[in-house]
Amino acid sequence: MSARYVIGIDLGTTHCALALAPLGDTDARVSVLEIEQLVAPGSVAKRGLLPSFLYFAHESEPALALPWDGQRRFCVGEFARARGAEAPQRVISSAKSWLSYGGIDRRAGNLPLAAPPDLEQISPVEASFRLLDHLNEAFRAARPADGDLSEQEVVLTVPASFDAGARDLTVEAALAAGFDQVTLLEEPQAALYAWIEQNGDAWRSHLRAGDRVLVIDIGGGTTDFSLIDAVEQDGSLGLSRIAVGDHILLGGDNMDLALAHVVGQELAEQGQELDRFQLGALAHACRGAKEKLLSDPNLAEVAVVLPSRGSQLLGGSIRGELRREQVERYLLDGFFPVVSADERPKVRPRAGLAQAGLPYASDAAITKHLAAFLARHAFAEPSPGLADATDARPPTAILFNGGVLKAEILRARVIETLNGWLEQRGAARARVLPGEDLDLAVARGAAYYGLVRHGRGLRIRGGTARAYYVGIESPMPALPGLEPPVFALCVAPFGMEEGTHAALPPEELFVVVGEPVRFRFFGSSTRRSDPAGSVLERWRAGELEELPAIELTLPPAGRTAGDVVAVQLQASVTAIGTLKLEAIARAPIVADERWQIELSVRHAAHSSA
Amino acid sequence: MARSRLLGALGPGLLGWLWKRGPEDPLWIAGAIVDCAAMTVTSLPLLSRIWLSWLASFRILFDGRFAASVAFLREGGTPSESKPVVALPSEPAIAPRAEAAPASANAALQLLSLLQREGRFIDFVQQELASFSDAEIGTAARVVHEGCRRALRTHAQIVSVRSEAEGASLTLEHASDDVKLVGNVAGSAPFRGVLRHRGWRVAGLKLPTVVGAHDPTLVAPAELELS
Repeated sequence: MSARYVIGIDLGTTHCALALAPLGDTDARVSVLEIEQLVAPGSVAKRGLLPSFLYFAHESEPALALPWDGQRRFCVGEFARARGAEAPQRVISSAKSWLSYGGIDRRAGNLPLAAPPDLEQISPVEASFRLLDHLNEAFRAARPADGDLSEQEVVLTVPASFDAGARDLTVEAALAAGFDQVTLLEEPQAALYAWIEQNGDAWRSHLRAGDRVLVIDIGGGTTDFSLIDAVEQDGSLGLSRIAVGDHILLGGDNMDLALAHVVGQELAEQGQELDRFQLGALAHACRGAKEKLLSDPNLAEVAVVLPSRGSQLLGGSIRGELRREQVERYLLDGFFPVVSADERPKVRPRAGLAQAGLPYASDAAITKHLAAFLARHAFAEPSPGLADATDARPPTAILFNGGVLKAEILRARVIETLNGWLEQRGAARARVLPGEDLDLAVARGAAYYGLVRHGRGLRIRGGTARAYYVGIESPMPALPGLEPPVFALCVAPFGMEEGTHAALPPEELFVVVGEPVRFRFFGSSTRRSDPAGSVLERWRAGELEELPAIELTLPPAGRTAGDVVAVQLQASVTAIGTLKLEAIARAPIVADERWQIELSVRHAAHSSA
Repeated sequence: MARSRLLGALGPGLLGWLWKRGPEDPLWIAGAIVDCAAMTVTSLPLLSRIWLSWLASFRILFDGRFAASVAFLREGGTPSESKPVVALPSEPAIAPRAEAAPASANAALQLLSLLQREGRFIDFVQQELASFSDAEIGTAARVVHEGCRRALRTHAQIVSVRSEAEGASLTLEHASDDVKLVGNVAGSAPFRGVLRHRGWRVAGLKLPTVVGAHDPTLVAPAELELS
C-alpha cells in the first residue's frame, strides 16, 4: 500500500513531536498531531509535545492503562516525567543522549542506570523504540482510518552532530517500531525547512545567493549548530548545508538546574534544608520564575515557592525568590557570556570512564562553543583543517530553534555577541530569520521535507556532515610505553549524497576468517577535501574525532576459519541517510563477495583517543 | 483578585454537577449541599460550612433568584415559605438547565484531582486560615494560583463575556442571557448602564479521558516515602 502521509518526527532529548502532511495534494499544509498520553493515574490527554520520559511501574502500582492497552506496566510522556521526579530510579530520560554515547553498549540493557533489582533494564535503542512506538500508537488512536505509521513515509530527525553509528542506531529503533519507510534528517536543516514552509514562496526574497545561514538550535538537553549556504544553482536559488558542530550536551535543563542551585544555596543560608524532592520542585519553580523574568523586563524579582510536602500547605511552604540580577549573572553571563571570538570552551579532563554517565559539556558557555564552531568553519583564521579556504565566510543570517531561544533576551545576547565578532572582522551584521514555533519547528520541517522529497519545494544539499576514516596501525616493533602510530585511511569523503558510493581505496586490510576484527574509527567535520583512499599520517588536535570502533566478522562460509583474506573498504550512503561500510574481497571466491561492517559495535569504544 | 476570579470560573461547573446529585449520594460535598437545600439538618461541620459558603458565593453572584432566597433566609424567613433553592433530581420545580450537558461526578472529581495535583487546591481550602499571617497565606496562595491557573489554561478556554473595560458605560440593545441587569432594573431595552463585571464563559473544556480502573474519588493518594 502506498503511503498517504509524510510524517515528521522530532525524537528529542527532552520532548518528541509529530507533524504530518498529506501526500498527493499540491496545496497540502503541514499540521501537528497532538499526542495522547498518560498525564496522571487513570487520566489520558492530548498534548502537542510528548516528554521523552519512560517510567516503569512498581509491583505496588496498578497498571498504567492507556485507551489501547489496559494492562501496560510502563508509560511514556507527561506522567512518566512527573512520576520520575518521585521515583527517579524507575525512569529513563535523555535516551537520545545515551544513543549517541559510545561509552556504553547501546544495545545492552543498561537504562535506567540505577534501576532497582525488580526492574529489567533496557537498552538506549529499545528506549528510543518505545518512544517511537508510543507515537505510532497515538497516531493509530487519533486517526484510525489511516492505519499505522509503518504504512506512511516517516522522516525522523537527528542532531546534525550525530555520527554514523548513532544514526544507525536511530534507524534500528525506527525499524523496530515498524517504520519501514524511514529517512533521517538533520535537526537544524528541519528547522530551516520549517522556516521555508512557514514563509511560502516569500522565503526566496529573504535569502539571496551568497547568504550563509547560521542555525542555532538549543533544546532541553542539547545544543546544535549548522551552517547552510544559499547558492546559485542552475539560475535559481539553492541551499547547501556546509558544516555542522560537535555534539554538545548542554541545554535548557542545565539552565534551570543552575538557577535552582543559586536559589537553593540562598535558602540553605537562611537555614532551610531542602530534601531531594524539594530540590526537584525547586528546579521546576525556577523554570517558571525564569520564564517570567525573561519575558517581562520590568520585573525585578519573582517569588519561588516550594510547597510543603504534606497536606498542610500553610506554614509548611518555603518561600525564596529569584532576582533579575541572578538570572542575568548565572543564566545570561553563565551560559551566554559576551566573549571574544578567540575564546574556546574549557575542556575538563574526564575523570576516567569507571563511572558511567553522559559526557555533559564541561563548559556551560554556549557562546564559547559557538566561537569554536565559527572559528573552525566560518572565520578565515589559522584554524585546523579548513582545507578549502574559500569556504571560510562569516554567516549573514541567523535562524534560531529550540525552546530555550523563545526568550527574547537570550536571542538578543547571541545576536549581540555574534555581531560583535562580525564587526571586528569588518563583516556586515547578521540578520535574523524570524522563526515561529521553536518547539514544533523541527517536526514540522521534517514533514515538509517529506513533501520536498516528492518534488515540492527546494531540497537542501549537503550530504554527509563528516568525512570518515579507519585507523590503521603501522607495522613497527613494539616499544614499551609507546603506542604504535596510527594512520587514518579515508573511506568516506565529506558530503556524500544519499544513494552514492565512495571510490574504492587502493589500501588493503587483512581480516582473519571467523574472528571479529575491530578497527578504530574516526570522523572529521572539518576536513572537506580528503578523497576516499587518502591516508593521513598526522592531523591536528581536534581535527579527527575518535568514534566507537567498527567491527567486521567474515563468516567461514566458503573459506577456512583462520585464513587471512585481503579486503578493501567501500562506503556508501543509503537512501535512508545512513552510512554503510562494506568489505570487498580482493580475490573473491564467488561473484561480488562482500561483507557488511558494523558501525556501532556491542562494546564500549576504544577509550584512549 | 485573580484567585477569586479563578475559583469563580470553576464554581458554576461544580454547582452544575451538584445540582444533579441526589441525597443518596455518598459524597460529603454533595451531601452537605443537598442537606442544606432540604433544610433537614440544623447545623453543619465547619469544613462543610466553608465549602458551602464558597459555593454559595458564586450562586449568589450569578443567580438572582438564589440571591433573593438567601436574602430572605438572612432576614429570618424559613425555606418552606419559598420555592426550593436547590433543585433535587426528584423535583422538577426548576427546569433543567439547557446548556449543561449531563455532567458526571467523574468529571467534577477529575477537576478536583487536577486542581489538587497542579495547585494544591484541596490542601489549601481544607486548612484553617485563622492562625496564619497574610504573608504565609500569600506564600501558599502563589502555589495555588499558579498551579490552578496552569491546570485551567491547559484544560479550559475561559473568555470574558464582554470585552469592554469594567466601569465603562454600555448600552445594551436587547436583553440578553449573558448580561445580568442589576441596580434600578426597570423599563425596556435599550438598557444604559455601567459595566461592573465582564462575566466569564467557558468557551472550551477538554478534560483528560478516564482510562483503566482508577478510583475517581481518590483525588490525591497518601504518600509514603521509602528510604
